[in-house]
Amino acid sequence: MSGHESPKGLMLNSRFDRLCSGARNWVVAGMLVLVAGCASTGNPQDPLEGYNRAMFSFNEGVDKAVIRPAAQAYEAVLPSPVRTGIGNVFGNLGDPWIAMNNLLQGKVADAISDVMRFLVNTTLGFAGILDIASEAGLPKHDEDFGQTLGAWGVGEGAYVVLPFFGPRTLRDAAALPFDMLEDNVWSIQHVPTRNTLTAVRLTHTRSRLLGLDKTLNEATLDKYRYVRDFYLEQRRYKVFDGNPPRVYEDFNGDEAHRMPVGESLDVLARVAVEELELLGVGELVMLGRSPDGMN
Amino acid sequence: MQRVLSCFFALFLGLVPLASADVEVKAPDVLVRDVTNEVLEIVRKDRAIQAGDTQRVFGLVQDKVLPHFNFRRMTMLAVGRDWRNATPEQQGRLVDAFQTLLVRTYSNALTQYRDQVIEFRPVRQTAADTTVQVRTEVRQSGAQPIGIDYTLEKTEKGWKVFDVVVAGVSLVTNYRGSFGDEIRAGGIDGLIRSLEEKNRSLETPQGAK
Repeated sequence: MSGHESPKGLMLNSRFDRLCSGARNWVVAGMLVLVAGCASTGNPQDPLEGYNRAMFSFNEGVDKAVIRPAAQAYEAVLPSPVRTGIGNVFGNLGDPWIAMNNLLQGKVADAISDVMRFLVNTTLGFAGILDIASEAGLPKHDEDFGQTLGAWGVGEGAYVVLPFFGPRTLRDAAALPFDMLEDNVWSIQHVPTRNTLTAVRLTHTRSRLLGLDKTLNEATLDKYRYVRDFYLEQRRYKVFDGNPPRVYEDFNGDEAHRMPVGESLDVLARVAVEELELLGVGELVMLGRSPDGMN
Repeated sequence: MQRVLSCFFALFLGLVPLASADVEVKAPDVLVRDVTNEVLEIVRKDRAIQAGDTQRVFGLVQDKVLPHFNFRRMTMLAVGRDWRNATPEQQGRLVDAFQTLLVRTYSNALTQYRDQVIEFRPVRQTAADTTVQVRTEVRQSGAQPIGIDYTLEKTEKGWKVFDVVVAGVSLVTNYRGSFGDEIRAGGIDGLIRSLEEKNRSLETPQGAK
């Protein structure tokens, strides 16, 4: 398996120029958010907790009023195989960008597998309605540009809840415009088609999570904190591709010569915040300025 | 699509008799597989559970799942450092309250199960290991499989689960942040009170919605 230069590499290069100014704006916005949120306490990775909680309840309100009812109707009206087909089509449309991210992270074999998936499902799977590739041993991967930045060593930064998009870290929020620009649905030129497809995709995604609502309400003392901690741990897991370091401590024991996981996570989080504030943001800007290093 | 699905379904069913053959001291992976298969088999046939009958699914979890969990260790991991400062009486109440909370979560999740395929990944384990992770995957069409990993420890009464990691997130240590906040605000008794109140609010009909 050699890392031959693919047409994808060129595609990225040509789109990079367009991205530069956008990325810089996001970074600046991110820094403003950081400065604005200095006054809170609690979790070291959540300095914006006050703002985040407000945005979290705003999103919950939108969900309750619009998205969840739509998802419930969608689930009630369409039979399961049809919904599976719809999910497969959107999943298939996402595979080229997943392949690109795998390539950017140096995981050439996974990238090739994703391209194969796309080809197989688009042709034999009737434009992606059938996910034949999964059954043929080409599993679906989960990658995005935020994970790629993480793999490159960019720190997570503070936790931030975006309007409509929901939980992100600062790093992932900065990566979001890249994901959207490369998104096959979002980049459709015909605006009504784009909007309709985006709405259907959102409704479909939400319908998959309907079963979790009750659990989430019943299992948590504080939904905001539970969702936040879940998101942060899951992002780490994804950046580590499913192999994050995990240590179980024993609080019955007398000696505590090992650093408990909670403490080391706190330290990690603090370092990550500092790193992004001081270095990570700088790196991001540099990255936007010199796309030459990419191919 | 339907045909492919039923193929998998048949394959999965074929595993069940294989799995429940041996009964003696079970290796951790065998234990997880047996319990999973047995419970899911019941859920799949029980229309009441599928319709969300909580009492029924509680009973099932009580009988088949609880005996294989070490809730004391789980509670300790969720509480974190402050566990050492709790009196034995406080520890007991914490374990009870957290167990109730977790059992409800798990039971709810079970009522959502339909016929997804669960795959059991091979376990890397040596005879000397006292802690083992058994990894499983819930496969679903068009999406990345969801990992459900069980961490077990060896005790005199066999292997006991003390952590469940879903999609990379420990359902136990994910509570540590909120528990820590509760303890900072109202001490260990404050946490006990919050947990017990939460449990009580869900016993009443309006809590169950």
